[in-house]
Amino acid sequence: MCLTLPILLGDRSSMTDQDILNALTRILRDLLSDDSIVLTMETKRDDVPNWDSFAYISFIVAVESEFGVKFGVAEVESFQNVGAIVRRTSAILPTR
Amino acid sequence: MDWLPAHQDFRGFLRLAREPSPDRLEKLAALAQHRLGFLETIQLDRALGPVCGESPQGFSSVRLAILASATVDHLVPGIRVSGLRRRLLIDVHIGPYGQYRQQLLDAESPLHRLCPHIVLLSLTAREAIVAVPLTATPVEADAAIGRSIDELRMLWRKARETFHATVIQQTFLNIADPLFGSYDRLVAGAPAQLIAHLNERLSQAAAEDGVLLLDISRASERDGLDAWFDVTRWLQAKLEIAPQAAPVYGDLLARVIAAQRGLSKKCLVLDLDNTLWSGVIGDDGPEGIILGEGTGIGEAHLALQRYVKQLRERGVILAVCSKNDPAVAEAVFRDHPEMLLRRTDIAAFVANWEDKPANLRRIAEQLNIGLESLVFVDDNPAERERIRQSLPMVAVPELPADAAKYVRCLADAGYFESVVFTTDDSRRGEQYSANASREAFLESSESMDEFLRGLDMSVTFGSFQTVDLARVAQLIGKTNQFNPTTRRHSVEDVARFIATDRCLTLQFRLVDRFGDNGLVSAMILRPDPQAPDLMEIDTWVMSCRVFGRQLEREAMNIAAEIARRMGVRAFRADYIPTPKNGVVSELYSALGFTLAQEAAPNDGVTRWFLELSDYVPHSTHIARRSE
Repeated sequence: MCLTLPILLGDRSSMTDQDILNALTRILRDLLSDDSIVLTMETKRDDVPNWDSFAYISFIVAVESEFGVKFGVAEVESFQNVGAIVRRTSAILPTR
Repeated sequence: MDWLPAHQDFRGFLRLAREPSPDRLEKLAALAQHRLGFLETIQLDRALGPVCGESPQGFSSVRLAILASATVDHLVPGIRVSGLRRRLLIDVHIGPYGQYRQQLLDAESPLHRLCPHIVLLSLTAREAIVAVPLTATPVEADAAIGRSIDELRMLWRKARETFHATVIQQTFLNIADPLFGSYDRLVAGAPAQLIAHLNERLSQAAAEDGVLLLDISRASERDGLDAWFDVTRWLQAKLEIAPQAAPVYGDLLARVIAAQRGLSKKCLVLDLDNTLWSGVIGDDGPEGIILGEGTGIGEAHLALQRYVKQLRERGVILAVCSKNDPAVAEAVFRDHPEMLLRRTDIAAFVANWEDKPANLRRIAEQLNIGLESLVFVDDNPAERERIRQSLPMVAVPELPADAAKYVRCLADAGYFESVVFTTDDSRRGEQYSANASREAFLESSESMDEFLRGLDMSVTFGSFQTVDLARVAQLIGKTNQFNPTTRRHSVEDVARFIATDRCLTLQFRLVDRFGDNGLVSAMILRPDPQAPDLMEIDTWVMSCRVFGRQLEREAMNIAAEIARRMGVRAFRADYIPTPKNGVVSELYSALGFTLAQEAAPNDGVTRWFLELSDYVPHSTHIARRSE
């Protein structure tokens, strides 16, 4: 009954903010089945159709799983835009 | 979910499967056979879309209502995808958060319009323990827990009475943090101890009331509480089950639902070399293979044998499928001192140099079960892939490279989930062994007639007995072949038939010179409300183990005789075709019924009549003994 662990592909500590932004875009596209989504550092939740609070939690879970990170309860509530998530992810990325 | 194979190109295949096509559902079901993470599960669920209404060929639909005291919306994709994995299209209805009592008790609630097949109670332990003081004595704690259990039982009763639904109760996650440490277990009022106590009382009550459990408490012990409970998600959105656990949660639930519908696997097919022992018997010889105590690897294979033997004891049929010389392979079972599995434990033993898919077909045929009832265990990835490609209905666990983990992999996959354990289960192994003797006897017989005569068969029959209710319900739930109507009835339903005036219930046991086949057939006949002297065969099931023994004829002789004595004039029977019950398509015509209604174009249902005054009992080689 093992839960699927995040597949960590190589060293992620060298990822740029753009790499992370691209990954977040792909995750959100997969999550909402919408390939027209384009995220920028300034994108807010309200800018993306169907990105409701429920989908937001799923998004955070998928990001945590993808990057092997964990956001704090206060952080999840304080992210003002996608850029904030990118920067926080970058700061806590596991290094090898 | 390590027993499922990873997909090489999930996104690409999902894109293909999304496109409208007649086999869209088949493609999605094939994707569901793979190891899917949290996000992939959501994607596949979305591609599946709504599933209410008629279910397409080869799939069946289930209406599931979840009554919860925490947020459970995030569990839906995992549930639906796990259902799809078992060809169940699950329509999930979630009651408003925390209003599970009102939903059940209020006849105007949306739940009542849904009329679910299954009601799942997914509750947190918080409510049950919040009011119990830390200083509670063991007696006080027990009384408080008892009150919570009584309330649950009231809800279970309500769900059954209102919907005739199967009730599944989730066990309580023990999320309480230690207060005293190890000493918690000695303090009746300590939260962790209260929840443990609650789960214990819950299991007792469920056993008494015939309610099924979804044991996530046990699963969280297996995976670790952190895998199941993420306090951040609880605080954010009252998710008690961590989203990461959702795919597993769905699989655990779908197993129980599938088991209840007779869709669990029935037979474990084992490879030999490097599966049951380490080494290759053909090359290494009996002295060269490693098995048994003394080495870790030898113990690992022995541990698998021990587990497999236990599975046999609980009713799983065992088979062997190996590329080997049959005499060499059988000799290991006979002569190797460390072998725990004996040749008599194996109901079908196929060792040759042929292709494994052909051999699996042979095994299914020999045991008279469907290919979809097989689990194929082989250490060789190429053989596994070969089976997955040619026989996708066979379950093939992705065995880990380390033999030490074989048992865990098989156990985690939950192929043999069960909703009942009867004496017939524990004796199934013997019964299949006796079948080998029967087959040998058949081969030595000049004719079928001589074979049947020589079996010295006798049937014991009577109306359903209370002690046999679980077995009768199991037979009705599991039988897919000899089952003209494929109506599933729970234990409670079956009990209702006994209590209903003028319903005729019959159970049959078949004994022959090689042994007792157990309770192998059951029949439910109910009077037509408009014409009480007309009886409908609502349900008639027979175990595939006794096909071809004339039992269907003797059973009909008995039913006709008893019904005539009750003043019944005629029988009516429907044959409702399914992909699996073709074996009974001509049953009623063979028994002397007349066709009253040609096959309907949409569902192929035929209707048959039998005037009991015209009925000439069939001659059989089965003697009767009344129960």
